[in-house]
Amino acid sequence: MNVDSPDFKRRAKRALDNASLQTALTATRGAFAARRAAAVAALPEFEALRDAAKAIKDHTLAHLDFYLETYAANVERAGGHVHWCSTADEAREAVLAICRGVDARTVTKGKSMISEEIALNDYLEANGVQPVETDLGEYILQLRHEAPSHIIAPAIHLNRDDWETAFRKAHTDRPADRRFAERRDIMVEAREELREKFLAADVGITGANFLIAETGSSVIVTNEGNGDLTQTLPKVHIVLASIEKVVPTLEDTTSLLRVLARSATGQDFSVYTTFSTGPRQEGDLDGPIDYHVILLDNGRSAMVGSEFQDMLRCIRCSACMNHCPVFFAVGGHSYGWVYPGPMGSVLTPALVGIERAGNLPNASTFCGKCESVCPVKIPLPNLMRHWREREFERHLAPPVVRANLALWAWFARHPAAYRLATRAASRAMALAARGRGAFRRLPFAGGWTGGRDFPAPEGETFFARYAREQRRKR
Amino acid sequence: MSREAILGAIRRGLRRGPVTEDTALLLRARLALHRRQLIPARSRVARPAQVNLFLKNLEAVFGSFTRVEAAAGVPEAVANYLAGHNLPFAVAIAPHPELRDIPWSERPLLALREGKGEAADLVSIQHGWGGIAETGTLVLPAAPERPTTLNLLADTEIVVLRASRVFGAYEEVWDALRAERAGKLPMPRNIMMVTGPSRSADIESTLELGAHGPRRLHVVLIDDDPEAKET
Repeated sequence: MNVDSPDFKRRAKRALDNASLQTALTATRGAFAARRAAAVAALPEFEALRDAAKAIKDHTLAHLDFYLETYAANVERAGGHVHWCSTADEAREAVLAICRGVDARTVTKGKSMISEEIALNDYLEANGVQPVETDLGEYILQLRHEAPSHIIAPAIHLNRDDWETAFRKAHTDRPADRRFAERRDIMVEAREELREKFLAADVGITGANFLIAETGSSVIVTNEGNGDLTQTLPKVHIVLASIEKVVPTLEDTTSLLRVLARSATGQDFSVYTTFSTGPRQEGDLDGPIDYHVILLDNGRSAMVGSEFQDMLRCIRCSACMNHCPVFFAVGGHSYGWVYPGPMGSVLTPALVGIERAGNLPNASTFCGKCESVCPVKIPLPNLMRHWREREFERHLAPPVVRANLALWAWFARHPAAYRLATRAASRAMALAARGRGAFRRLPFAGGWTGGRDFPAPEGETFFARYAREQRRKR
Repeated sequence: MSREAILGAIRRGLRRGPVTEDTALLLRARLALHRRQLIPARSRVARPAQVNLFLKNLEAVFGSFTRVEAAAGVPEAVANYLAGHNLPFAVAIAPHPELRDIPWSERPLLALREGKGEAADLVSIQHGWGGIAETGTLVLPAAPERPTTLNLLADTEIVVLRASRVFGAYEEVWDALRAERAGKLPMPRNIMMVTGPSRSADIESTLELGAHGPRRLHVVLIDDDPEAKET
């Protein structure tokens, strides 16, 4: 997938001006947060479970090499194959080779962010294998040739009209004058269209929420059942997973599952939590004959031991973006790559480079809500701050930003000058405001006053007032 | 090779070589111990309350149930459910010995086809390996006598479950499964944990039932556990 993150500001502006997108975002704003809050309130142990979840991930990352090797050995014991891939290129080639090995013509796919990360669909299509997205949200995005805008609700930016239009355009063998009276009718049509695809596919590709070292299992968590149809009906099941998905035991997985669905959709448990281990066993009447795991690094091993290691705890629940004021203002596409919201602002620079994603760590008000809801307690604002520092150190910040920071830094190091300047500015602004208490417009601050008034200083600086109060006390 | 490159990069990050034999011993012990972390208190209750919690949670996720005294009551429960929902009496059923022992012939209108799920199935009857009270979840491990496709292709899935197989928390399921798998591969090919009928909220973030899997999920619970019965 192309990295459009350097274009964040322009994309954000376009998103703010996009009425249909704003309708969609306004309709869902707050809904995720309310559902999560209800689920958390119903489980008194939730906070303690967050600590347990964090501890499991920290332990695993500290021994990541050991657990990956154990995992791979157990996949092989169950008759599966593990393909270790350092780069997106290697992963794409490995998938294609497996598809070619069975002369695959069509491939059904469950939802996978790794698939987006390695831009698998375009590659398969270019090489004569037709991929079919089966998650309802991903399906319409494939029809519209769009990327997901949210990691668990990929079509969150669309309204019902968009669905109807796309379906009328794509499903041309149906009556053109059919009515979609309810949302349900849209879903039923997708279900019918995709049923045939499930049955015809030669290969099924899914992601993985967890890989279990103890058993060599991959776990997917879905509500629709598309991931299960994808991995059960075709001859071959391919799992796409990145290296940080591994956890030690079934018990550890269980603890993580207890926080995952609650943090994501506010469900106690998703509808389908499925553990897959190798190909079909003796006597099984269904299931794939071949089972492959693509184990992708793509920059993650370089995060181990760095100040960004905490980010590898992420279980992709989406709570951070669901609670982010910036995400719900500009939508997921503004972020310009696979992972939007606060987790994307930390992960994207790590995976594609700060020089290509420098804007993202700045796309935050640092309100801290993301960290407060993260089920594995990733210090997201702090990690964004690390990226901002790196961006500055590497002279990637724009000249205006650098000049202003340098100016501020000079004043910060010269307190007498700072006080003098703030006193002068404060008095001048108080005079200019002429007792109205606020400015409706200010030079150089049109971005601020375009949306709200700027409160006017009352003529006295904080320092002056503090000194006065201290004198009075004595 | 990429395997060595990835492992090498991880070890460089961790500022060490491969784990020492002592550490490996500890880690292998951790894997073998299956230590439980925190288990929520909600399922730590007496057997009757555990079974009731399972049923209550099942209903909360839009599943439904009929409770019967014994296996002999299953055909009537199934027939009533199908008639009540205006569903056909042609059913795909799991080739499980416990299901074969049910006196289906008392309901001659029920046309049972044993085997895996097929695309045209409207109703399936699956054997319930277990239930989990904590979240109203059904545990359905793949086996020759419990084909996975029966959980996926039909519009309506009916699961026959014995009350003695309702566990409190997921951790109890893992222990029971490990005991059952002794001498075999540690896991069946697939374990589906199913919590209610299929659904999606992808269209305008609004929940709709019946996305790709069954639109209806019905449990027929056989009260075979004297300790789990209400007194």
